[in-house]
Amino acid sequence: MSSQVRFTDFKSDKQPTWCPGCGDFGTMNGMMKALANTGNDPDNTFVVAGIGCSGKIGTYMHSYALHGVHGRALPVGTGVKMANPDLEVMVAGGDGDGYSIGAGHFVHAVRRNLDMTYVVMDNRIYGLTKGQASPTSREDFETSTTPEGPKQPPVNPLALALASGGSFIAQSFSSDAMRHAEIVQEAIEHDGFGFVNVFSPCVTFNDVDTYDYFRDNLVDLAEEDHDPTDEDAAKQKILDSSKEYQGVIYRNDDAVSYDQQFGLDTNMSEIPDGAPEDAMDLVREFY
Amino acid sequence: MPADFNWAIGGEAGDGIDSTGKIFAQALSRAGRHVFTSKDFASRIRGGYTAYKVRTSVDDVQSVVDRLDVLIALTQRTIDENLDELHDGSVIIYDGERSTMADVEIPEGMIGLDVPLKRLAEEAGGAIMRNVVALGAACEVTDFPIENLDSALQKRFGNKGQQLVENNKEAARSGQDYVAEEYDHEFDYDLDTTDNDYVLLNGDQAIGMGAIAAGCRFYAGYPITPATDVMEYLTGRIEQYGGHVVQAEDELSAINIALGAARAGARSMTATSGPGIDLMAETFGLVATSETPLVICDVMRSGPSTGMPTKQEQGDLNMTLYGGHGEIPRFVLAPTSVDECFWKTVEAFNLAEKYNTPVYLVSDLAMAVTEQTFPPEAFDMDAVEIERGRVVDDDTIGEWQNEKGQFKPHALTEDGVSPRAFPGTAGGAHMSTGLEHDELGRRTEDTDMRIEQVDKRTRKVETAKEREDWSPREFGNPESDQLIISWGSNEGALIEAIDLLEDDDIDVRFLSVPYIFPRPDLSEEINSADEVVVVECNQTGQFADVLEHDALRRVKRINKYDGVRFKADELADEIRAALAEEEVTA
Ligand SMILES: Cc1ncc(C[n+]2csc(CCOP(=O)(O)OP(=O)(O)O)c2C)c(N)n1
Ligand code: SF4
Repeated sequence: MSSQVRFTDFKSDKQPTWCPGCGDFGTMNGMMKALANTGNDPDNTFVVAGIGCSGKIGTYMHSYALHGVHGRALPVGTGVKMANPDLEVMVAGGDGDGYSIGAGHFVHAVRRNLDMTYVVMDNRIYGLTKGQASPTSREDFETSTTPEGPKQPPVNPLALALASGGSFIAQSFSSDAMRHAEIVQEAIEHDGFGFVNVFSPCVTFNDVDTYDYFRDNLVDLAEEDHDPTDEDAAKQKILDSSKEYQGVIYRNDDAVSYDQQFGLDTNMSEIPDGAPEDAMDLVREFY
Repeated sequence: MPADFNWAIGGEAGDGIDSTGKIFAQALSRAGRHVFTSKDFASRIRGGYTAYKVRTSVDDVQSVVDRLDVLIALTQRTIDENLDELHDGSVIIYDGERSTMADVEIPEGMIGLDVPLKRLAEEAGGAIMRNVVALGAACEVTDFPIENLDSALQKRFGNKGQQLVENNKEAARSGQDYVAEEYDHEFDYDLDTTDNDYVLLNGDQAIGMGAIAAGCRFYAGYPITPATDVMEYLTGRIEQYGGHVVQAEDELSAINIALGAARAGARSMTATSGPGIDLMAETFGLVATSETPLVICDVMRSGPSTGMPTKQEQGDLNMTLYGGHGEIPRFVLAPTSVDECFWKTVEAFNLAEKYNTPVYLVSDLAMAVTEQTFPPEAFDMDAVEIERGRVVDDDTIGEWQNEKGQFKPHALTEDGVSPRAFPGTAGGAHMSTGLEHDELGRRTEDTDMRIEQVDKRTRKVETAKEREDWSPREFGNPESDQLIISWGSNEGALIEAIDLLEDDDIDVRFLSVPYIFPRPDLSEEINSADEVVVVECNQTGQFADVLEHDALRRVKRINKYDGVRFKADELADEIRAALAEEEVTA
C-alpha cells in the first residue's frame, strides 16, 4: 500500500455512460475517496459489481474487478476475500440486484459477516431495463409493469440486514458527498461485513424519490446524537418509515467476522509445484 | 466354487447397514483381497429397503454381478429383494428372534442360519452390535480369519475408546462361535487372505483427494446426493493445507463463490449433481467469458428434475456439453473408474489453468458410492504435476501491458491463451466481465472485436486439442472388428463382460472414452469396424449421438436407464445380443 494514492487513481479512463445527473456518479466518487482514505491502492483492491446501471461501476473504476451476473456479486466477493484475505473487497450493486434477485445472497452474506464492504445504489427503480418497479419502490409507484403501483410494501433493506445479524448497517445519500464518503470509509474500516444503502437517485425513471425529496426528508444521525451501538435505538430508526436516515445506524463491534472465526489468513494463490509433501498420508488414510 | 464371492447386508435404512458393510469391506481389503462395493438405497433416512453389497476376490474385481452367496438379512424384504441373485447353496443369516423375522421363509435350496443376533449382542455389551455379531457369523461361514475383522473394528471404533472395540470383537466372536456350534455344516466358501496392500475408497473421495493433490485450496458447494461426499472429504482436510471449504446458501452462490476464489488466484472447485448444474448454468457462461479457471464437478444421478436422487444415470452429457446460453468453450472430462477420478481431477485443474477455461468433471452415482480397492501406488503423489499456465509476475507483466501500462487480461494471442495476473500483482489491475469485452476486459459491441474475442476463446480449445493427449483407454483385442465404445463408470463392468465374452470365443475391441470435449476422433476406428456398439446409462444415447455425428455412421446402442448400474454378466448378454442383430441401417 502506498501512501500517495489519490482517489483519482481508482478512476478508469472509461467515460461513464450514466445519464447526466445520475446519483451513481456521486456514489462512485465517494467509494473511491473512501478506498484511498483507508490506504488502499488499485492493486490490492477487488471491486465486484452486479448488473444494472449501478453495476457499471466496475467499468468506471480502476482496480482488480469482476462484473458478474445479475444478483450474484456478493458470492463472488465472498470467494475473492476468502481466497485472499489481504485484498480489500468491495461489492456494489443496485436495489433490484441486491434485494430482488440477490436477496437470498444478501441475507447470507450479512450473517456470514466476512470482512468486506457492500454498497447498494438504491434508486428505488430498475434503471437499466428502463423503469420497472424495484423491491424498494413505493407501494403506489406507477411504472410500466405496475401501472397502479406494486401494491406491496417495499423491502426494508436495513431491517433485513438487522434481522440477519448485520454487524454494520448504514445509509447515505450520494449527493451529500462528504458524509457519503465518510460513511463508506467507516464501512471499510469495520471489522466484518460493512453494509451501506445509498440513496442514488435515478433522474430518468424515478420522479418521486428525487434529489429534492431526499434533501427535504433526510435526517443525519450524526446530528441526532444517535448511538449506533445501541441496538434498540437502531431498531427504532430502522423501523421508522416517516423519515429517511443518513449515517451509521447500527454497529456491533463485538461480532466476530467469518475470517477471524475460521482463521482465514492465507493467500491461496500460492501452492506447491506438485502434490503436498505428505500427500501419501492422504492415501494411507484409506487403509 | 466361484473365484469371486458376493456378500450383502440388507435391512431398513437406519439399521446401520452402511457402516456394517463398510467394516466388512475394510476387513477384506486389509486381508489383501480385492473389494468392489455397491449400494442399493432409497432416498430416505429411516425406513425403506437398503443394502450394501460386497464383491471380493483375490483377483481384481471391477463390477457387480447377478449373484449373492451370503446374505445378512435384517428384514424379510431383504430376502425378497434379492431373490434373483440368490442361488442354490446361498447362505442367509437372520435373527429368528426378531419379531419381523419370525415367519421367515428361506427359499428352497438355500441355507438359512438362524442366529440370535440381538441376544448375543446384548450379552457382549449392547444390542447395537447385532450387525457385528452377524459379521462374525459370516466369517465362520466363509472361513475368513476373524482377526482381519478385528483390525477393521479397531479402525472404525478406535477413536471411541478401546472398551468399545473389545466389546465389538467379542460380539463378532459370539456370532462366529454360535454358527460353529449350532450348524455342523461344511460351507462352500473360502475367503483366502494375501499379503497385498490395498486402500479402499470411493469415487467422490478420489476426486477430493485429487483436488488436494492438485493444489485445490478452495471449495464452495451446496449439499446434494451423490456429490456431498466430495465436500465432506475436503472438510477438515483441506484446512491442513491452508485451504477452506464453504457451504454456500445454494448452487448459484456456490459457483459464484468458487469463481471469486479462482479470480483471487486459488485453484478452486465446486461439485454438485444435475439439479445444481442447472442452477449454475448462467454463471458457467460468466466463468467461460471472463476466462476464469474453474473445476465444476457434476456427479450425475437419475434425472430430470429431482428424478431418482439415489439412482444411477449418465444423463447429463448433453447438459455439460451444450448447457448454457450462447456458445461457450469448455472442457468436459469424465473419469472412467474410481482411480481415474483422482487423475482426471488433477488433469482438470491443469487444463482449467493452462487454458483459463471452466472444466466440467463428470462422474456418476455408481462411481461415487462404489468403494474399490487399489494398491496405494495407483495414487502416486510424486507423479502429480501442477501447471498453472500463463501467470504473470512483476518481471513479465510488462509484456502484457499496452502502451498506457494497462494490463490485457484478454489479450488476443495466437494460441488463444491470455495471461493471468493474480490480484496484488503490481500493474495488473484490470476488470473482467460477462459482457463481451476488448483485450482490457472492457465492454464492447465493436463487431470486429466481438469476432476476435469469440475466436480467441475457441482457439484455446484448438490449441488444447493439439497440445494435450485426448486418447481413449483401450481394452480387449485391438485387432477385433467388433468395437464397443463407452464413457464414464461402465468401464469396469465392460472389462469383465469382455472376459466373459472371450470364454464364448467372442472377441471385441473396447474403447473407454474419458474425454467428452474435446474428445478423441474415433471416426477411423468406427468406420473400419464391422460392428459398433455404444454402451451408456441413459435412454437416448447421448454419447452415441455425438459419435455418430463425428464419424457420420450409425452405431448400435445399449442403454440402461432403470436407475441401476450395468452388471458385467448382464452386459455380456446384451453385447452378445447386439452383435448378433442385423446391422443398423441409417
Ligand atoms: C438473470 C437476469 N435477469 C434479468 C436481467 C435484466 N436486468 C438487468 S439490470 C436489471 C435490474 C437492475 O435494477 P437495479 O439493480 O435496481 O439497478 P439499476 O439499473 O436501477 O441501477 C434487470 C432486471 C439480467 N441481466 N439477468
Ligand atoms: S437510467 Fe437512472 S440509474 Fe440508470 S444511468 Fe440513467 S439516471 Fe442513472
